[in-house]
Amino acid sequence: MSWAGPEDIYLSTSLASYLDRKILVLLRDGRKLMGTLRSFDQFANAVLEGACERVIVGDQYCDIPLGLYVIRGENVVLIGEMDTEREELPPHMVRVSETEIKRAQKVEREASELRGTMRKRMEFLDFD
Amino acid sequence: MLFFSYFKDLVGQEVTVELKNDLAIRGTLHSVDQYLNIKLENTRVVDQDKFPHMLSVRNCFIRGSVVRYVQLPPDGVDVDLLHDAARREARGG
Repeated sequence: MSWAGPEDIYLSTSLASYLDRKILVLLRDGRKLMGTLRSFDQFANAVLEGACERVIVGDQYCDIPLGLYVIRGENVVLIGEMDTEREELPPHMVRVSETEIKRAQKVEREASELRGTMRKRMEFLDFD
Repeated sequence: MLFFSYFKDLVGQEVTVELKNDLAIRGTLHSVDQYLNIKLENTRVVDQDKFPHMLSVRNCFIRGSVVRYVQLPPDGVDVDLLHDAARREARGG
């Protein structure tokens, strides 16, 4: 990330334009964090205030509050500025409780693990 | 330095950035830096249904290390210029 002078801020890749705004951070492990950007540096390390993790499983979602977070830049995929005048999610999505979404996550994880072991068995037998 | 200079010339063009996590984002190239971090404006996700969380994101910063491809408009590329620049760079210039 380049350190811009005050006049360059509109043309550089600096995260300064996102300061004090609501942002979405996508992490390498697939997690989606949301919060207010309070600080950043040249490695894209970031400080997120009022952070929460938005967990989405199918059409269900849940926001799990996390508090004040410091994110190490190497885990960051993307930082997006959330437009507060737009809908954050499509209307068909349903908000559920934390226990409900954790249950849905477990089901999804077990299903993909099952698909993984089935595939491994097929590959072993050399089926296509 | 070659690609940094090249992308600087492409600022303002519509590009599609495909990330290593298979997310593809279309937008206007706002800026680029020495790490090839990219800032896009007016973004929309290519497969919106698969990535519903990106709905309200219109501007984003993409870390250079996670980019797989940057798809460019075919007429937005001067291949000969790029060719010459690469040859010059290879020569050590």
